[in-house]
Amino acid sequence: MYEEIGQNKRNSIILVVVFAAVLILLGYIFGQVAGFGYFGIVLAFIISTAMALTGYFRGDKIVLAVSRAKPASREKYPQLYNIVEELIIASGLPMPKLYIIHDNDAPNAFATGRDPDHASIAVTTALLNRLNRTELQGVLAHELSHIGDYDILFATLIGIMVGMVALMADFFLRYTFWGGGRRRSSNNSSSGNGFIMILALALAILAPLFALIIQLAVSRQREYLADANAALMTRYPEGLASALEKISRDPGVLEVSNRATQHLYIISPIKSIRDRKKKSSLFSTHPPVEDRIKRLREMGE
Amino acid sequence: MLWILVVIIAVGLIWLISAYNGLIRLRQRVKNGWSQIDVQLKRRYDLIPNLVETCKGYMQHEREVLENVTRARTQAIEVSGGAAEQAKAENFLSQTLRSLFAVAENYPQLKANENMLKLQEELTTTENRVSFARQHYNDQVMKFNTKTEVFPTNLIAGAFGFTKKDFFQTEVPEEREPIKVNF
Repeated sequence: MYEEIGQNKRNSIILVVVFAAVLILLGYIFGQVAGFGYFGIVLAFIISTAMALTGYFRGDKIVLAVSRAKPASREKYPQLYNIVEELIIASGLPMPKLYIIHDNDAPNAFATGRDPDHASIAVTTALLNRLNRTELQGVLAHELSHIGDYDILFATLIGIMVGMVALMADFFLRYTFWGGGRRRSSNNSSSGNGFIMILALALAILAPLFALIIQLAVSRQREYLADANAALMTRYPEGLASALEKISRDPGVLEVSNRATQHLYIISPIKSIRDRKKKSSLFSTHPPVEDRIKRLREMGE
Repeated sequence: MLWILVVIIAVGLIWLISAYNGLIRLRQRVKNGWSQIDVQLKRRYDLIPNLVETCKGYMQHEREVLENVTRARTQAIEVSGGAAEQAKAENFLSQTLRSLFAVAENYPQLKANENMLKLQEELTTTENRVSFARQHYNDQVMKFNTKTEVFPTNLIAGAFGFTKKDFFQTEVPEEREPIKVNF
């Protein structure tokens, strides 16, 4: 448990540093292509610092806003509050803030925040409607485990960065294609431009892919671990096992999820990835559900 | 030579203090765990009169079941003694509640009663809270007891009068299951 927390904090720092390096490289190339020179690096440095700070302090708010999660009131969702309060007693964690995503099609849930004192759990209305009490308890215990071992910090930072890298690469590509030409005409070095253009293009394609691969690699092991911790917390692995079964069989599509937030959810909300025949392929953020269920059921025996 | 001696004594003292404080901390957690159980048990005592009142209107022929619940509640409140005594009384109360819900199954109108539905959720969560608080307490007791028994902290535990704590035990195996109330 303590090793997990330490590892998550370390990973978060490495992530921020690697991310800043990639961004500065991007800034350099952008500066060369657009003719800003070293201003590109300065700009990239400022942007990456601002983003790391935003990701740390405001990441949870952004993720919740992007997912269109609204604060859940105790009066309207007494059972949700009851279940989380029970698990707080079992785990000794502080009470997280609870949010609702108004989606009646896709049962799903995620946790976000920077540490157990600043944590939130969001659940869809479909989850509340379709799961029974013990299944809900299993899902919420899984989310609380993510909070307890600081998975939320790393996952939230990743979400913010993947989102930003994708956004910037997109902008960058457009700029080089449509806007870059005019500025470049005032620049006299024409031979190097072709090479930098190709490099820029390659980077623009590679950067989001690179971010995606980090995102995938880290979150699979965490899911198994959170499942195991949830079973330990509730002493009833069957609750979560049956919840995973129900959620994964459900055909509903969660509209508010996207590439930058999909790894946060208890079960990957992107069906095309989930349904891919190849089990545990490179592009899935979650281990195959059948395998998770099997492990849980073995624990219960 | 003197230096070495001073260092050894200093290290020994530091170890003694930290081990003693460690024991105090663990004992404090055990206490906290116990008061958590108390809070949840109190919550349960407060709910029961309401439950009995709601059931009374529908279950005229089941006086005995209702009286059992009330009696078990009174006994649990009045019990004095250690964890073992308290656990026994609480387990008895859980049993009577379970049979009340089993009987309530036969009363469709009662099952549909809105007040009853709310009470059912409240009781389910309270039962869960009690058992999670118990689980948490037992985890803390286990840590504390292990610490008082293993060498070398057992020397300090013995010298300063740290004694082993009772577990909050459930005697009947089926009690480990959460009560299932399916309306």
